[in-house]
Amino acid sequence: MKGSTGKDGGAGLNLIIRGGHIVDPSQGIDGIGDILVEEGRVRGIETEGSGFGAAEGGPYQVIDASGMYVLPGLIDMHVHLREPGFEHKETIRTGTMAAVRGGFTSVCCMPNTKPVNDNETVTEFILRKAYAESACYIYPVGAVTKGQDGEELAEMGMMREAGCVAFSDDGRPVMNSLLMRRALEYSKAFGVPIISHAEDLSLSSSGVMNEGPLSVELGLRGVPAEAEVIMIKRDIELAGLTGGRLHVAHVSTAGGIDALREAKKRGIAVTAETCPHYFTLTEEAVRDYNTDAKVNPPLRTERDVEAVKEGLADGTIDVIATDHAPHHRDEKLCEFDRAASGISGLETALPLSLRLVEEGVLTMGQLVLKMALTPAAILGIGRGTLKAGADADIVILDPRREFRVESERLLSLGKNTPFDGWLLKGAVLMTVVKGRLYRWDD
Amino acid sequence: MAETVHLKGKDLLGMRALSPAETELILDTAGGFRDVLKRDIKKVPTLRGKTLVNLFFEPSTRTRTSFELAAKRLSTDVINFSVSMSSVAKGESLIDTAATIQALGADFVVIRHPASGVPHLLSRRLRASVINAGDGTNEHPTQALLDAFTIRERKGRVEGLRIAIVGDILHSRVARSNIHCLRSLGAEIRLIGPPTLIPGEFVQPGVQVFYSMDEGLEGADVVMMLRIQMERQDRGFFPTTDEYFRLWGLTRERLRLARPDAVVMHPGPMNRGIEIDSGVADSPQSVILEQVTNGIAVRMAVLYLLSGRPQEARV
Amino acid sequence: MAKELFDSKDIDRTLTRMAHEILERNRGVEKLCLVGIQRGGVHLARRLAEKIAMIEGRETPVGALDIALYRDDLNIRREYPTVRKTEIDFEITDHVVVLVDDVLFTGRSIRAAMDALMDMGRPAKIELAVLIDRGHRELPIRADFVGKNVPTSLMERIEVELREEGGEDRVVLFSGGERDG
Repeated sequence: MKGSTGKDGGAGLNLIIRGGHIVDPSQGIDGIGDILVEEGRVRGIETEGSGFGAAEGGPYQVIDASGMYVLPGLIDMHVHLREPGFEHKETIRTGTMAAVRGGFTSVCCMPNTKPVNDNETVTEFILRKAYAESACYIYPVGAVTKGQDGEELAEMGMMREAGCVAFSDDGRPVMNSLLMRRALEYSKAFGVPIISHAEDLSLSSSGVMNEGPLSVELGLRGVPAEAEVIMIKRDIELAGLTGGRLHVAHVSTAGGIDALREAKKRGIAVTAETCPHYFTLTEEAVRDYNTDAKVNPPLRTERDVEAVKEGLADGTIDVIATDHAPHHRDEKLCEFDRAASGISGLETALPLSLRLVEEGVLTMGQLVLKMALTPAAILGIGRGTLKAGADADIVILDPRREFRVESERLLSLGKNTPFDGWLLKGAVLMTVVKGRLYRWDD
Repeated sequence: MAETVHLKGKDLLGMRALSPAETELILDTAGGFRDVLKRDIKKVPTLRGKTLVNLFFEPSTRTRTSFELAAKRLSTDVINFSVSMSSVAKGESLIDTAATIQALGADFVVIRHPASGVPHLLSRRLRASVINAGDGTNEHPTQALLDAFTIRERKGRVEGLRIAIVGDILHSRVARSNIHCLRSLGAEIRLIGPPTLIPGEFVQPGVQVFYSMDEGLEGADVVMMLRIQMERQDRGFFPTTDEYFRLWGLTRERLRLARPDAVVMHPGPMNRGIEIDSGVADSPQSVILEQVTNGIAVRMAVLYLLSGRPQEARV
Repeated sequence: MAKELFDSKDIDRTLTRMAHEILERNRGVEKLCLVGIQRGGVHLARRLAEKIAMIEGRETPVGALDIALYRDDLNIRREYPTVRKTEIDFEITDHVVVLVDDVLFTGRSIRAAMDALMDMGRPAKIELAVLIDRGHRELPIRADFVGKNVPTSLMERIEVELREEGGEDRVVLFSGGERDG
């Protein structure tokens, strides 16, 4: 493990982070200042005057953050940790280490494990495991239907009590519209969102990449953009019908974003996320049958990439999540048709998202909103903030430092990244989470 | 010193990757091998000591035999490595198979696989020259080359000819390779078939789409029929094979709409009575058997030209 | 440094003499044919056939032979030679075949040509006619008809330029060139 804990872990962490550029939309802070951490909690922020000089000499570790960004720890509401059942792909330990390495201090883990997280026992197992082994905070997402089979509602209430913060059959859509309606209705009792993996399976059929001239050229079966658009529209209508809270996962299409924009205008309770690969890559990335660029929904066209950026800029898309989907090497090193879908995304998400700030798509404050405060609000967890009293979830970022992505050096067990070899700008230097300080000095 | 020739790449993965000059080179070279095949002694010592592995993940007697004969005519040893899909289903990985072949010391690996892109994956992992003998619905380059060679032999040229390709374009690797190949040689291409089997993405300069067989065949110099796979009917691409034959089958009457000297081609195996009428298949206008013979010459040329590539490792 | 050994008149005169010699050697032979080695040899074989027709009024079949597929150096060459057409559209079995080439050097091309001929039939006899013999044989091969013997060093290079290839007829000796096979 690359991460080292500074002081002894646990609640006893006492820090002064000095002179960094603090961006915390929850308090409207965007400027140079000091942060004082006591006993693993934020004690306060000083942006004017002398800072916390007085505390110096006490039991505080002092960190010079000048020239760096200091942000609330990021929250990734869409991660596959694979445990239990697929520990060859990822474990709670390795997945959360990758998260912390990437600047995330909380992650939501999707229920498509083995067994599926469709009952409180599995939820409790995950949380127990998380307590003992997780590097960051874990918020489980429970399944909407038993076994994610799309036939009967799972015990959402009991899972909610056990700690689930949202429900989703992610990886599979709930194809039955009546069942989706029931889920949206039923979840109102707990005030939690239903996360929709929007894909019309009968239309996407056995497609493996975006449908268009390139899929025709490569002789690969295509998934039309409409497979996503149709499902987003259906779910929007059902959210309108039921008044339930809908969150649309990994939006990849211009048509889907248009539909969401329209829905928000109508006042429907819908939020949406996209992932770094959907605003960074196009379908061209699969041209050489590169299975590391095989992902579901598939990478789309230049036009879709532009639409995703517009959607982020105008607020149609609320959240940037990773859809971190680690796979074993053997599951990628094979026929494109047979290869597993997914990208190991935790360790590249922040620098890829910073490109949006560089391009002027988002301000730094908007980026922090989409990667910390808004996910916290959607999930109803009191994080994503540096307010006094909050747990010290903090990430320190050098926005100018460049590094080369080397898939073999990822902390995640999933080395499946289409960004292998890319030179990225914006390196996480330190992460503070769960009362520990991780320094990433390489 | 005679001038030297070779293809640019290590492998033949598809027509998409070949320049028109490379395509012409293969066709010209194949002419020399066609002569060899006409002789009593049909074998030359050219590629003695080399080894070709036929790696077939799909049954295909004709393509495999054609490569086997091409290699043997060049004095190259042949190993047939038929991988039944059952062993694939058991979890035998493609990568393990590739490693085995590397260890066998093959110079050429001829691969047929039901998934698009597998030859590309192997080519990155093998020192041997990888020759795509059909991958999924992507490409089947040697079929396109032998088709172009046959057309050139019959018509003296490809440029300016009107060539109709009829049938399941969407799922046809033969069609994809032929469109690339014949377009690059300057032919006018017409794709004919039901709209469910011809995505609009195929339309490009030099390529037109016709849903009416009669309109599409008009004035064609070459009519290239594709095999209709029965399972397409089950998946709803067209209602019945009866209806298919009525609308897009090639009959004598329909063939009269093409030029009187039009030739009829088919990559085989044919479904008589589904895409082509027996009377047409066996008519003098049919060059289907010539295609088979020419296939050997073209594959010999490909083996020769891939071997002639400058390699640092060679003495 | 280039030195012209033959001009067009010299070539013509030499070919006339060689045609006479071929006829003299094959007096009474009915089944005579000429096979030129691609490319220069093919042009010379055609010219010899024309001369034979002028002298005796008989038609001698002329074929073209490409030896690329029979070369003995394919395994050590860095690149392969162009494959040209072999066009021998007559039976060679029981014929006297006069192989024609422009320059005789190591003898390896002739070995390849003989192997190729043997795969096409069983000639009664094979004879060899070359315009220039520059020496340096590496195989036990000797020409039956020689236009001119030109002792050379291995550093020199001989080029036979023929009008059929678009230039003028001439034979040139270059010094300090590379081996030209």
